[in-house]
Amino acid sequence: MAKLLDRAYEKAATHERLDYDEGVALLVEGDTHVLSALAHRRRMVLHPEPVVTYIVERNINYTNACITYCRFCAFYRRPGDKEAYVLSHEQIGKKIEELLEVGGIQILLQGGHHPDLPLTWYEEMLRYIKARYPVNVHGFSAPEIEHISNVEGMPVETVISRLRDAGLGTIPGAGGEMLVDRVRGIIAPLKTTTASWLDVHRTAHRLGMRTTATMMFGHAETLPERIEHLERVRQLQDETRGFTAFIPWTFQPENTAMWRYPKLESHQYLRTTAVSRLYLDNVENLQASWVTQGARVAEISLRAGVNDMGSTMLEENVVSAAGTTYALDGPGIERSIRMCGFEPRRRNVYYEEVLA
Amino acid sequence: MRAAPAPPRLQVPAVFRGSDLLPQIEKALSGERLSFEDGVRLFESEDVNALGWLANAVRERMHGNVAYYLKNRHINYTNICKYDCMFCSFYRKEGEEGAWLWSVDQVLEHVAPFKGQGLKEFHIVGGVHPTLPFSYYTDMLRALKREHPDVAIKAFTAIEIAYLAELTGKPLREVLTELRAAGLDMVPGGGAEVFADRVRYKVCRDKADADRWFDVHETAHSLGIPTNATMLYGHIETTEERVDHILRLRDLQDRTQGLKSYIPLAYHPDFNRLAKLGAPSGLDALRNVAVGRLLLDNVPHIKAYWIMLGVKVAQLALSWGADDIDGTVTWERIYHMAGAQTPEGLTEERLIEVIREAGREPQERDAFYNPVGAS
Repeated sequence: MAKLLDRAYEKAATHERLDYDEGVALLVEGDTHVLSALAHRRRMVLHPEPVVTYIVERNINYTNACITYCRFCAFYRRPGDKEAYVLSHEQIGKKIEELLEVGGIQILLQGGHHPDLPLTWYEEMLRYIKARYPVNVHGFSAPEIEHISNVEGMPVETVISRLRDAGLGTIPGAGGEMLVDRVRGIIAPLKTTTASWLDVHRTAHRLGMRTTATMMFGHAETLPERIEHLERVRQLQDETRGFTAFIPWTFQPENTAMWRYPKLESHQYLRTTAVSRLYLDNVENLQASWVTQGARVAEISLRAGVNDMGSTMLEENVVSAAGTTYALDGPGIERSIRMCGFEPRRRNVYYEEVLA
Repeated sequence: MRAAPAPPRLQVPAVFRGSDLLPQIEKALSGERLSFEDGVRLFESEDVNALGWLANAVRERMHGNVAYYLKNRHINYTNICKYDCMFCSFYRKEGEEGAWLWSVDQVLEHVAPFKGQGLKEFHIVGGVHPTLPFSYYTDMLRALKREHPDVAIKAFTAIEIAYLAELTGKPLREVLTELRAAGLDMVPGGGAEVFADRVRYKVCRDKADADRWFDVHETAHSLGIPTNATMLYGHIETTEERVDHILRLRDLQDRTQGLKSYIPLAYHPDFNRLAKLGAPSGLDALRNVAVGRLLLDNVPHIKAYWIMLGVKVAQLALSWGADDIDGTVTWERIYHMAGAQTPEGLTEERLIEVIREAGREPQERDAFYNPVGAS
C-alpha cells in the first residue's frame, strides 16, 4: 500500500492521470499537507494567475413542495403541507430585481419535485424571467428534469431542449449527491439513479449546454465510494467536456431524517477537496463550499486546490434549513480572497471575467 | 536511565523539497532551535502547506497521535471593567446596561448543576472590577473548592492578579500565595494580548504592561503554580511583533518551565472599537498555531481553542501543530459578545467525534494535562 501511495504522489506531482486505486490510496492514507500542496500546485498549473474567481448570483427556490422525500433533506415539504409554497412570477421578479441592484448576473433557480406542475409552467417562468431581466438562468438539476420528464411522459432530451428554448442557460450539478447506487438507495431511494443523473448531464452537454457537478459526502458512503463518484464524473467529462466546475460539500444532518450521522467538520472536507482537484484532471474549476464550511475554511481551501469561491447566494434556503448558516456578500468574498494572497475577480457561469 | 534512541529522521516529502522553508524544515527536524528570523520567515512564507507539514511533524514527535480535551466550565463572574481595551466587546461600566456582577452565591448556583459530572476545571476570568474587595476573590475560590473539591481552579488572568496586588498594596508573591491558599491551582494565559509596547499603547494602554504580565507568571511559576500563555493576533500587530511575543514566552519558559500551554487567540471584530479591521483569515489562524508549535520548543502543549477558532478550524489545527482542543466549556461570554458564531458548549461525545474525524486519538485530560482514566 505504501508503494501505491508513493506512486500516487509521484503521478499527482507530475500531472499524470490517477487511477481508481491511486485515488483511494490518496484519500485514505495521504498526508493532509502533502495532498493540499499537490492540489495547490495542480491548481496553479491550471490557473497560473494568482486570481480567485466568484460570481454575483442569488438563489431562488421556486417551490419547496416535493414528492421525493430524500432523507438528507430538511428543505422539502409534502404537497399540501401548510408550509409548502410555490413562488409567483412577481415574487421571482422581485428577487431578481434585488439581485440586479447589487450587480448580479445569474440566478440559481431550483425547487422541489412538485407533483402537478406541467412543463409549460416551467417554460412560462423562464420566459417571464428572460423577457424582463438580463440574467443567466443556472437552473433546475438532473432530478428535477427527470421529474418533469416523468410528469409529462416525455423524453429528457425534449424537456431540456424546451427549457433551453424558454431561456434556461446552464444546469447546476445538484442532485449528484453520491453517484453510487448503493448509497443512493440508502439516502434517497426515490431520487434519480446514478445512470440517469449522468444521462441528463450527457444529454445537456450534447445539446451544447454547460453544467456543473457536485458531490455531497459525509453520510452513508465509504471513502472508496467518493473516488467512485469522481471516476464517474471524470469519465463523462472525457466524453463530453461539458462540466465547467466541480463542487464538493459536506452533508448537513440537522433537521433531516439522517440526523444521527455524525456531522463532518473540515478535516475530511479539505482532504476530499484536494483529492478531487488531483483526480479530476479534466475539470477546470474547483469551487469552495463556504455555504457548508464557512469563510475561514473556504480561505484555507484556497491552498488545497480550490480556485473559485462560488457565489454570493444572497438567499440560501436548503443548507440553512439543515441548521448551517454562513453569510458572505461580494465584499466579504473579496476580502477573504485578498487575505489569502489572491486577486478577486468576478466571473460568469462560463468562468469568463465580468467587470464589476 | 539511558536516553531513548533518537527517532528516525523524518523524510521531507518531495513536494516540499523546493520550499523556501527548507532551511527551517532542516533545523526543526534536527531539533535545532529556530531564531527570530526563522519565525518571521515561517509567518511570511507563501508555502503554508510546508509550514503545516513541519508543525505537524514536530507535534507528532511530541504527542504522537493523541489530541487532548477536558471537561470544564467557564465562569465569567463580572463583565464590569475599569479598563477600555479597544479589542474588547465584553466589558461594561458599572451601572451600564448589560453589566453584571455575580455574588459568590450566584457563582456557586451557576456551577451547582455540574456537580458529580466529572468536571476537571473551572476557568474563571472576568473584568477588572473597580470596587470589589480582595476578599471577594478569596471567598469565591474557597467556596468553589469547598463545594467542588475535585475540580481544579484555573483563575484570574495576569491583569486581574496585577490589579489585586495594586488594590491590596501587597507584593505579587503574597497575593498569589493567598489566592493559592484559598484554592487557586493554575493561572490562565489571558491578558498577554501582544507584548510590544507600541501595540499595547494603542489598544490597551491602561492595563498591566508586558513586564508586569511576566512578573505575574514568573512569580506564579516560582510558587509552583503552572500557567498558560496567549497571544491575541490579527489586529494591528506586525509579524515581527508576533515573533517577539512568542520568543519572550520562550525565554520565560527557559527560566521557569512553568507554562503548560500556548494558545493563539484570533481577534474577533464585532461590537468593539477595532471592528473595521475584520477577522483574520483561516490561514492566519493555522499559521499562528503552527508557528507557535515550532518556536515554542520548550512549551509542552499548543491549544486550538475551539470557542474562538470555530470547531472547524480548531479541528484542522490538530494537524497544524495543536495537540489540545480545550473543553466542553458551556456558557462563554467573552468571545460570544464579540460575535463568535460557535456554540457555547460542546458535549464530550461531540468533542470526541471532532477529534476522531481529524484522525486523532482523543484523550481526556485534567487541568494540568495529566491523562484521565489512564492507569
